[in-house]
Amino acid sequence: MAEKKKNWKEIPIGGLILEAGNAKEYKTGGWRTFRPEKNDKKCINCLMCWMYCPDSSIKVEDGKMTGFDYEHCKGCGICASVCPVKCIDMKKE
Amino acid sequence: MAQTKSKKIPLTGDQAVATAMKQIDPDVVAAYPITPQTEIVMYFSNYVANGQVSTELIPVESEHSAMSACVGASAAGARTMTATSANGLALMWEIVYIAASLRLPIVMPVVNRALSGPINIHCDHSDTMGARDSGWLQIYCENGQEVYENTILAVRIAEHKNILLPVMVCQDGFITSHAVEGIQLFDDKKVKEFVGEYKSAHPLLDVEHPVTYGPLDLQDYYFEHKRQQSEAMRGALEILPELFKEFEKTFGTKYDFIDTYKLEDADFAIVALSSTAGTARGVIDELRGRGVKAGLLRPRVFRPFPKEKIIHALKNVKVVGVLDRAESFSAEGGPLYTEIKAALYDSNINPLVTNYIYGLGGRDIFPDDIKKVYSDLGVILKDKKVSNPINYLGSRE
Repeated sequence: MAEKKKNWKEIPIGGLILEAGNAKEYKTGGWRTFRPEKNDKKCINCLMCWMYCPDSSIKVEDGKMTGFDYEHCKGCGICASVCPVKCIDMKKE
Repeated sequence: MAQTKSKKIPLTGDQAVATAMKQIDPDVVAAYPITPQTEIVMYFSNYVANGQVSTELIPVESEHSAMSACVGASAAGARTMTATSANGLALMWEIVYIAASLRLPIVMPVVNRALSGPINIHCDHSDTMGARDSGWLQIYCENGQEVYENTILAVRIAEHKNILLPVMVCQDGFITSHAVEGIQLFDDKKVKEFVGEYKSAHPLLDVEHPVTYGPLDLQDYYFEHKRQQSEAMRGALEILPELFKEFEKTFGTKYDFIDTYKLEDADFAIVALSSTAGTARGVIDELRGRGVKAGLLRPRVFRPFPKEKIIHALKNVKVVGVLDRAESFSAEGGPLYTEIKAALYDSNINPLVTNYIYGLGGRDIFPDDIKKVYSDLGVILKDKKVSNPINYLGSRE
């Protein structure tokens, strides 16, 4: 996750953020100690994980849970905790 | 060259500020009254009520709210002003730093008054000297005329695209703020032209270009933003002379970072801010009549600290007495003294320097006090050493 950070001449003054919706550029995946992994066979696509994930890191396509956004998932484990069929395991990084 | 000013009009320092504010006609003023600043807002409120300005005046419930409202207004893109004194400045402290770090060009006349406690409403510089590290530029004015002119100039300083820092315009409480002097005013139109229109580069109200002010800034970027602030303050040393020149061209008054009086050939110099300089001038004239080579250095701009100018001005002086109207409780003297000594350390001049804390809580400084300082400086030159680096001038010892 090592990205080259900008120097003081390259950033807006005063800590201003000049674009909307750029929080996704801040990769928080590096904070993770445990990564969520899904057992596809057990998943019933109830999307409880998607509803509870505080970092919008559950990927969903066509109403189906398709995986995790590991660039932003901080590994909090809420998805694993709320999963009614216990199909998400937290594995040490 | 020099433009005509009005005839002298009798105004107090506070009225001079209110008049400047009327001519500037800022978009927003948020303020809370505190002695001896109250008259500024009082007179300005009249202008608002009479429709003489188009300013949105926000009467708030405290100075913390005043500066908070100023931060919001300035971030929105409004030309914003407030005014305060002493405990009012202390109450807005948290937001004073935020205004500077968000790079908001707010102009704040400050009427210098002693900080409590014990409670006292009279002049000293403990309020703004405490704020010397807040990231605001600070201009100290000797009289009502300077207060009037520097309030106008401060708008351009704060809003300069390579500065973008807030500015305090300081005057001595009661001594300047409440004393009536003959003040010459500039033409309304000229002032309007000089200050121009404020165009924020990133106004919050520009919904086509959304911007976030004040997000969390942690270990990875906070330091870079502070680095920008340092550079802006240092850059102001380069930019101010351009603005001084433009001011002189427009209005005829020549300003500089410092002001001197009979310093070129002086053996003995007093360094003092604001109104005390006037008292010193009278004493210098008297001493010069007796053959004593006395002179004066009055820093006008204290933030940024005009080190090179000060060193250059003191280059021929043998003994310097620095007068501080604030005690910093460092046990090493007042703030002006410690900074001047630090500036001298890496200069190639080495005058003897001593410090006088004076005038706290509005204690008067008389010509005899100033004479005592020059007399002490004479003894120091004779002894070739400073026996008492920190003195309390006018305190009953």
